[in-house]
Amino acid sequence: MDSRRSARTVSDPKVRQVGFFTQPPPPDRSISDPPRLHDPIQSSSPSSPPVNDNSPSGNSLSPVMIPPPRHHSDTLLRAALQATSPTTSFSYSARTVTVPQENDDVSSFSPGRRIVSGKSPSSFPGVKASSVPASELTTVSVVNLPPGISEKSGGAAVEVQNDRPARSKPLKEKTSKAERRALQEAQRAAKAAAKAEGSKAPAAASKVGTSANTKPSKAAKPPSQKNDGSQVAAEKKGGDRAPEKDRKKDAPHPRMQYDDTSRVEKAKKRAVVKQTEARNRVELFRHLPQYEHGTQLPDLETKFFELNPMHPAVYKVGLQYLSGDICGGNARCIAMLEAFKEAIKDYSTPPEKTLIRDLTARISSYVSFLIECRPLSISMGNAIKFLKSRIAKLPLSLSESEAKASLMLDIDRFINEKIILADKVIVKHAVTKIRDGDVLLTYGASSAVEMILLHAHELGKQFRVVVVDSRPKLEGQLLLRRLVRKGLSCTYTHVNAVSCIMHEVTRVFLGASSVLSNGTVYSRVGTACVAMVAHALHVPVLVCCEAYKFHERVQLDSICSNELGNPDAISKVRGREEINYLDGLVNCENLQLLNLIYDATPSDYVSMVITDYGMVPPTSVPVIVREYRREHLWS
Amino acid sequence: MWWRSPSFILDRQQQQQNDSVPPNPESLFLSSPPPSMADSVQNPKSNISAYYQTRAAHHAVVTSDWLAQAEAAVGRHPDDDESSGIDGRAAATGEDGGGGGGGKAFGVIDEFNSWRKQPDLAEAVAAIFALAAVIRASQATTMMELEIELKKASDSLKSWDTTSISLTAGCDLFMRYVTRTSALEYEDFNSAKSRLIERAEKFGEISCKARRIIAMLSQDFIFDGCTILVHGFSRVVLELLKTAAQNKKLFRVFCTEGRPDRTGLRLSNELAKLDVPVKLLIDSAVAYTMDEVDMVFVGADGVVESGGIINMMGTYQIALVAHSMNKPVYVAAESYKFARLYPLDQKDMGPALRSIDFGVPIPSKVEVETSARDYTPPQYLTLLFTDLGVLTPSVVSDELIQLYL
Repeated sequence: MDSRRSARTVSDPKVRQVGFFTQPPPPDRSISDPPRLHDPIQSSSPSSPPVNDNSPSGNSLSPVMIPPPRHHSDTLLRAALQATSPTTSFSYSARTVTVPQENDDVSSFSPGRRIVSGKSPSSFPGVKASSVPASELTTVSVVNLPPGISEKSGGAAVEVQNDRPARSKPLKEKTSKAERRALQEAQRAAKAAAKAEGSKAPAAASKVGTSANTKPSKAAKPPSQKNDGSQVAAEKKGGDRAPEKDRKKDAPHPRMQYDDTSRVEKAKKRAVVKQTEARNRVELFRHLPQYEHGTQLPDLETKFFELNPMHPAVYKVGLQYLSGDICGGNARCIAMLEAFKEAIKDYSTPPEKTLIRDLTARISSYVSFLIECRPLSISMGNAIKFLKSRIAKLPLSLSESEAKASLMLDIDRFINEKIILADKVIVKHAVTKIRDGDVLLTYGASSAVEMILLHAHELGKQFRVVVVDSRPKLEGQLLLRRLVRKGLSCTYTHVNAVSCIMHEVTRVFLGASSVLSNGTVYSRVGTACVAMVAHALHVPVLVCCEAYKFHERVQLDSICSNELGNPDAISKVRGREEINYLDGLVNCENLQLLNLIYDATPSDYVSMVITDYGMVPPTSVPVIVREYRREHLWS
Repeated sequence: MWWRSPSFILDRQQQQQNDSVPPNPESLFLSSPPPSMADSVQNPKSNISAYYQTRAAHHAVVTSDWLAQAEAAVGRHPDDDESSGIDGRAAATGEDGGGGGGGKAFGVIDEFNSWRKQPDLAEAVAAIFALAAVIRASQATTMMELEIELKKASDSLKSWDTTSISLTAGCDLFMRYVTRTSALEYEDFNSAKSRLIERAEKFGEISCKARRIIAMLSQDFIFDGCTILVHGFSRVVLELLKTAAQNKKLFRVFCTEGRPDRTGLRLSNELAKLDVPVKLLIDSAVAYTMDEVDMVFVGADGVVESGGIINMMGTYQIALVAHSMNKPVYVAAESYKFARLYPLDQKDMGPALRSIDFGVPIPSKVEVETSARDYTPPQYLTLLFTDLGVLTPSVVSDELIQLYL
């Protein structure tokens, strides 16, 4: 949670600024006078924040509002004009972003992109990086148009996502006056070009982009760099020092609101993984990141050797998250910790830096990379918090090797005590609640529940298991396979039938991704449904969750914090082409696909939470969180 | 958890009574605030409460008779020994282990039974006193040894009656409360031991006072003209009603019959002696009379982690009826009845069986439900009156976690 906290402290001022100022002024603004003069005026215009807020959803955009963001910095007059107008130039640009988002044409681009990336050798980054086309590949996917183009020309609307960083780039810290001027010129030129020859522009721009790209640019700031458009690129190079540093500093907030365009842009500039955002997002869930799936992996692989700050082990884990090879709270957490351990082992403090600070920053950069691959689970967040607090508490007297050894030991200890041993204790407790003749129902595949069932079977208890499963992941089948192999008698059904099967069930065992302070169980989507049915039929619901997954947050619904999966997964049925009725409709504007990953089960439906501290009612979770925190402080 | 027990409510009363009387040592200790754990951790000599200071002044002659009795049972005063290192606990145990176990002529069960003979003393409190006596009588020379000895004693007590929840819970809580003090780490063995004894005494003292505290706390909930439904015979509930009657509260009581033990009859007898209007109901008339009832009072055999209670058969259905008619259900239970159990449903606990006399011969083919108690889930309870204060059911688990974690 440390990461979360530090991130919050970093980003909090930003939030405030987004509210009142249209955009946080870049740090080195002071160099150039005009914008600095006018920023206050802009910020004082009261109507700007709402406009900015509306921007993601508001697609009603008149072409009149299109002035590219930086114009006002050029001439005083213009700036003054803009300042008097109720909305600021920047918020326009934020709006313009949304236009292409709704545009159908987007799709025309992304398939092509997928094809391109599909060509690339798949599995190993090494292979890819060595091959020449690789560089081209990256650039193609990264192509960015100067903002003006996409606004005007329908065809150019193609580049929604990459477009955003482009626009936000000028606001970025490291631009100097000259650069900005150059950029403005570029934008103006581009705009003109767009007007003149709408659809040709993208190609040209992309070409330039390519050229800019092939230069050995630093890994950390790829998108932002390239999209600055054509001519500027050369001069630009001066401006990008220490991108790595930025990245560390503002690692994207784990719970960033993805409908807050300006912050998304900022995060994106820093992103290593270029996630393509999906087009049609369900209204209620716009604040969550939703990406095109399957496009980033090869792209990421190509960048393997460019990412000098990224440790290979972390990189590997990130890729595994991305591809879904590692899933499940415990597995992901262990994989991450092991990767961090590797990274710490290979770590050496750079000259003139202290281990504590530098390593924390390093870990933060790893974490932000992992977040880009897949949003953190709460278990991982807690583990990261633990690790960071351990780093922070290292005594200064320790030598580097000693410090590293102690950290690695701590990580091992965490894995052992908080995960492996905790599971054993949970199994021990839970088994006492299984009696002969019971019918146990479980949903999805939880490692803890699996251990419980197997252990109860080993103890010779006579019981039957009902495995309830759901599309699209069908994780239950894996669990079922392992249970059946061990000789348990099982029933397998889908969640649709849960109300029928619940009549014969005597206990419901559920796993959880997290248990929140108000007793809400945050778990695999569908859990709430199962728990509700069980509650209605007075079947006790037992939630098995290690205490390190508890979180002090309170959540009342599954909307504010969740994860969106690949919408294709629910719209398509693998291997059954004849029933894929939605084939042509996926990009249809009035169809929104929602593939939620988690849901929140209210504590009313939970009879008991089995944790490594014993069996507690869901109302006692905050007590454990409190005690557990204290333990952290002490140890 | 105990050091913030609301025993001040007793103190207030005591003070009112003793206003004119010059304080004798006994009342001094009652009116002094209980020593907080944090304070007493530092230095047992300077921060001890008035109670212990008085005791020291009297050369370890304690005021309550049970302590005197226990003192007499000891016979041997633990003298200074060299194994002061709590740090080298394990090693020390290895070296001179067996020193304590050999000449042990102290039977915890006997002690327990002698305490149990006192009519007003609950089983758990008797067990607590017996365990305190174990510490006192112990000849162990290391902490580890002492702990093992204590553990053995409490295990034998627990196995004496496995069905009694409060006995088990009382033993567990005692073990926790007494041995769980960080002060032990820093003192030599003798002071650590006296620390343990001190804590044991305090625990016993609090347990003794528990019933009074509960009775005082619940007074505010009984208003003039109310009708109270009581199920079973509970000494706490009786004490509570007695106190209310003494405070000139006007109320009437409905007693369920409490088949087959007729516990309700017993309670109605007691209440009639106090001139409280009582009405007897048969157990099946609960729903019929619930309209008139303002509140339900029950005792508890044990309070479980979910905040529910395990009590005499019939409590669950009364709670259900009361809940459906929106009548409050109050549980009076001492905190030593808090047990680390978590039943999920009625069958999910060790059964306590009893024989039931139906008055007529039952054919052998007919099965008889002989379970003596049931489990009432927390959602049907309104409040728990305990010596820790008036709690909602969910707080029980919080208290238990704080103690056992």
